[in-house]
Amino acid sequence: MDGLFGLDGATWDIILAVITALIKAFVIVNGLLLAFAYMTLTERKVLGRMQARFGPNRVGPFGLLQPIADGIKLAFKEDITPRQANFWVHTVAPMMALIPALIIFAVIPLGPEMRILGQPWTWYVAKINVGYLYATAIASVGVYGLVLAGWASNSKYALLGGLRASAQVISYELAQGLAAMTALVLAGSLNLYEIVNQQVASGLPYALYLPFGLVAFVIYVIAGVAESNRSPFDMAEAEGELGAGFHTEYSGFKWSMFFMAEYVNMINISALATVLFLGGWWPIPTDAPGFIQGLGPIVFLIKIGAFMFMFIWLRATFPRLRFDRLMSLGWKVLLPIALVNLLLTSAVVALWPLGVWPFAQ
Amino acid sequence: MAFVEVKSPPPPANALSGAVADVTALARGLGVTLGYMFQKPVTIQYPEERPRISARHRGRHELERHDNGLEKCVGCELCALACPSKAIFVEGAENPPDAPVSIGERYAKTYIVNMIRCIFCGFCVEACPTEALQLKKVFELADYTRESMIYSKETLLAPAPKREATDSWMPG
Repeated sequence: MDGLFGLDGATWDIILAVITALIKAFVIVNGLLLAFAYMTLTERKVLGRMQARFGPNRVGPFGLLQPIADGIKLAFKEDITPRQANFWVHTVAPMMALIPALIIFAVIPLGPEMRILGQPWTWYVAKINVGYLYATAIASVGVYGLVLAGWASNSKYALLGGLRASAQVISYELAQGLAAMTALVLAGSLNLYEIVNQQVASGLPYALYLPFGLVAFVIYVIAGVAESNRSPFDMAEAEGELGAGFHTEYSGFKWSMFFMAEYVNMINISALATVLFLGGWWPIPTDAPGFIQGLGPIVFLIKIGAFMFMFIWLRATFPRLRFDRLMSLGWKVLLPIALVNLLLTSAVVALWPLGVWPFAQ
Repeated sequence: MAFVEVKSPPPPANALSGAVADVTALARGLGVTLGYMFQKPVTIQYPEERPRISARHRGRHELERHDNGLEKCVGCELCALACPSKAIFVEGAENPPDAPVSIGERYAKTYIVNMIRCIFCGFCVEACPTEALQLKKVFELADYTRESMIYSKETLLAPAPKREATDSWMPG
């Protein structure tokens, strides 16, 4: 395309890259929101079946139009701001919860780099060499949404919910980070694409690097459930004690933004766990012929789906923890185990050449 | 549900075996919910699927007839007396011998049940000496107005039998 509109080839490459990234971002954001909508339906159906009932099956065939009905209902509900609340913080807080949840997915590599019709194609928006740091940093920003929502509502329940959310998320970030560090040490990289690639190349996802990889994986998943404020760690919205926790004073579309943020965060944590411990598109080889590479994203999405089912399954089974027990689980059990696990993994990686895991074979 | 005896587990010997027991208990809990997921839901999808009504269900009132079409009710008002919520009003009258309504000397000229007041206790049925009043299995009684909830004798009376009434006063 040399000379088109007086622009040289390099400029056109940049413009094309920007347009591609924008399209990918659009597809990812809308895909996440669609996944959120149908995740709510799936959750209600699976919860129903686990309680020997049907779940929603009235709107459309098998209740498939239920999320649309819910969406219309939420969009048209009255949006109430309490008189004593701080209007601007109250309005911005749900956005601060939702936007970080949506942009984390930019660094998730859904599939191997491949060529479609001879053109290079990537299944991520950005491949940055601090991918994991980006994801955790953005996820931490999301907590501000909950805290500010609790604070700005000027309500005791909301404030307590926000406090609990911040205390819980900060506590479990430590164990989660240390568990993820195990995978990062094994990969020797923070680049999420590189981490997946190493696992695929070694033929074994890090969760199967026994025993340390499995321990780290289990800790990561437990901490991930706590991070996303999901049952049985949903202290921030313990409805029996706090009304609805940090979003007690929210209604209508602002409330549904918190709702979206929770579910999109679940998807993000599932995706990160898949990247770090389940080897992304493993067992599809990165350098396979084109159409087999195309199966990579499907494998990835199946793994995310398995995590999402686990989230629902846990919610259907376990009662909510008491807050002090939640804290002692995080600080006195998960954190020490993750720390020792990281130390031992580092020792093994330091003593053996990188990429060879002595206990794997 | 069958009665399940719950045995409390013995106290753990040490911290590790306690942790193992805890994790095992969690796994068993997960197994229970997963097992339920593959069971058939117990939900009765009501408007399409009809519930099974027990034989002695106490639903809508009905005033019964004899086989010859004469009413069983003799207008004795014992049901109205037995009713704890005063939902029943009966006005008896002399039974005309040339055109009998019931088999007794008297019959119910007016018979009104206020279904808003009725608590479906069934005392009226127990009080009835002629087994004229029955509570049937019909349970879909909701309506839009208060007036429509006051059931008159025409509403309550069982439909007349198909065959012609015999000339005998006594039930055939």
